[in-house]
Amino acid sequence: MITLGNYLALSGVIFSIGLIGVMTSRNVLKVLLSLELLLAASNLSFVAFSKFNGDYAGQLIVFFVILVAAAEVAIGLAIVVLMYRRLSTIQADELKELKW
Amino acid sequence: MVSTINPHLVWIAFFAPLVSCVVITLFFLKNKTFSSLTAIFGILISFACSCMVFTQIFQSSPAGQLQESLNWIQMDGLVINFGFLTNPLAIMMLLVVTGVGSAIFIYSRGYMDEDPSSPRFFAYLSLFAFSMIGIVLSNNFIQLFIFWELVGLSSYLLIGFWYAKPSAADAGVKAFMVNRISDFGFLCGIILLWSLSGIQHGRTFQFTDLASVIPHLDPHLLTIIALLLFCGVMGKSAQVPLHVWLIDAMEGPTPVSALIHAATMVAAGIYLLARTFFVFAPSVTALTFIAYTGAITSLMAAILAVAEDDIKRILAYSTLSQLGLMVMALGLGGPMQGMYHLTTHAFFKALLFLGAGSVIYALHHEQNIWKMQGLFKKMPITGWTFLIGTLALSGIFPLSGFWSKDAILALAFEHNTVLYLIAAFASGLTAFYMGRLFFVAFWGEPAKPQKGHGHEIHESPWVMTLPLIALAILSTIGGFIGIPQYIFPNEAPETLNIKVAIISSIVAVLGLVFSFMIYGKRTASDPLIEKLGSFHTVLKNKFYFDIVYGWYVDNIQQNLALALSHLEKGIIDRAFIGGITCLARAGGKAFRYFQNGIVQFYALVFILGAILLFLFLIKSFALIFVLGIIPLLLFLLLA
Repeated sequence: MITLGNYLALSGVIFSIGLIGVMTSRNVLKVLLSLELLLAASNLSFVAFSKFNGDYAGQLIVFFVILVAAAEVAIGLAIVVLMYRRLSTIQADELKELKW
Repeated sequence: MVSTINPHLVWIAFFAPLVSCVVITLFFLKNKTFSSLTAIFGILISFACSCMVFTQIFQSSPAGQLQESLNWIQMDGLVINFGFLTNPLAIMMLLVVTGVGSAIFIYSRGYMDEDPSSPRFFAYLSLFAFSMIGIVLSNNFIQLFIFWELVGLSSYLLIGFWYAKPSAADAGVKAFMVNRISDFGFLCGIILLWSLSGIQHGRTFQFTDLASVIPHLDPHLLTIIALLLFCGVMGKSAQVPLHVWLIDAMEGPTPVSALIHAATMVAAGIYLLARTFFVFAPSVTALTFIAYTGAITSLMAAILAVAEDDIKRILAYSTLSQLGLMVMALGLGGPMQGMYHLTTHAFFKALLFLGAGSVIYALHHEQNIWKMQGLFKKMPITGWTFLIGTLALSGIFPLSGFWSKDAILALAFEHNTVLYLIAAFASGLTAFYMGRLFFVAFWGEPAKPQKGHGHEIHESPWVMTLPLIALAILSTIGGFIGIPQYIFPNEAPETLNIKVAIISSIVAVLGLVFSFMIYGKRTASDPLIEKLGSFHTVLKNKFYFDIVYGWYVDNIQQNLALALSHLEKGIIDRAFIGGITCLARAGGKAFRYFQNGIVQFYALVFILGAILLFLFLIKSFALIFVLGIIPLLLFLLLA
């Protein structure tokens, strides 16, 4: 029997993997991929809650999240392309101009 | 109570001078003829309306009271109205202000004819008349205070009218400053009274409501209120020690001296005392203080006038002296006597000032009485009217001054012998210095025209003599037209105290005789200088009031102001304001180390923040503390 707890646990694991990825990756593409994991984890909890509560609002929100994620990926990849053109690298820690 | 007074008439009387002021300022600032005519028209309308209201009083119910109020400012617990309250007292005062005012406005048309900026003068004069009428008619303390300040402002403008002359500009500033000092006390008194007035229906400034509240107040607090209100009176009515401005105020044009410093503005203080006498009446301490202040002022001014050589300043001192008498009368619990003397005094003092103005006009702005002689023959109308004014002021039977001054003396005689003696002595001195002024300036043979000047002294034009004659008639008959019975119809009519009347008549005649003995023969300078010796120096320095005030301002107030300035710069600016900017700057300096440009670090901080928020929501503060340390440690490591 698969319960809500199982789904949420899976979601939490994926989320944590994503977080660690975001924080530790130097490669901007990896950071973007980890962000996708974060979004997927939250989507999973939304859908799980929706199923167990019998409320479709959660599924509705997931569509929004997918939409926003698509936009985010488009812009993020565009930035990565521009970054590569200018700096010839996609390492995040090379981008240190913007500080005091 | 059905009153038949028409409120529209009162409103018209109220605002007519303001309208003429505005019209002059907007349209006629370049046009002498129209500006003066507008001003005269305005005050005459006001006067006519006052007369009509005056006649209506007799048809109305005995009290003659009418109140109309507009709601001006309304907040929680604070209601300020704008309106008027008429009673016989107010209407009498209104008649004096507009009547004497009309005479002086007409006179000014002649006197200010040669001045290029006379339109400005008439605008100021109208503004002054409006503010004075405002004081007379106000039905609450706040409105009264606003007009009180407006009177102060317009007197500043008028005293300093010839602003190019430094002494005139200084005199204007001095008058304003001295009045500010007294108004501070006045305002404190008003606010204190207001804050205590809420015991019945809510706090109020209205005179009529306050009158019913007063008996329920704590007598000690009432004494404080009365003294604070009297503080305002001391400034406006120039009582010791705030009298110093009135003498310097003689720098203004002579009609101004007549209007402001004899007939109306200085009378505002007395009027205030009489109008709000319900505040003062229960407090014996305050009344005693008021009475003695008045008596001292009266005596001091009378002594100072003896040594003065400037015709206007002598009259100014006599004004001070008479104001002192009025204040004393009110302090002795006699608003009727005080207002009676105020009314007659307005007549003959305006007359005297206008007469002096006529002389000054004829002599091309010469004000020293020792440079005048034998004017009586050259200027018969001015001479005769001036003589009537002199006799009225000295209190010679049967002129108006005799009756009103006698009423005050009789009041003092019944209540307080010391005050009576002071007042009687001051009256004798008044007769003496007025005789001195008259004999020196008007008596004897006229001076032959000097070679260099080549002008002949002649009588002033009719616009100036006509008001003189009108005022002279009023000064003569003022004692017979029943002024006190009119103002206070409920009180028993004044019976002449024969003993007091005879004594004061003798004193007055003695004063005049002495002055004739000393000044009847023409001398080049004042024979009194030698007789008085060193006391004369004291008098010339006006009892050193100005010097002491000057010393005080230079040495004490200036240093205090400097100290406060250092306090402000050093502590408030540097510590408080500077402290806050320092804090902001230091905060910025500390926090900018977070801005290290590493994207992952930002993400970490963001996530920690999110976790902290979560912990905060589930209220586990211990964990918050532990987690809160982490970013600090990280920050220290990275920095």
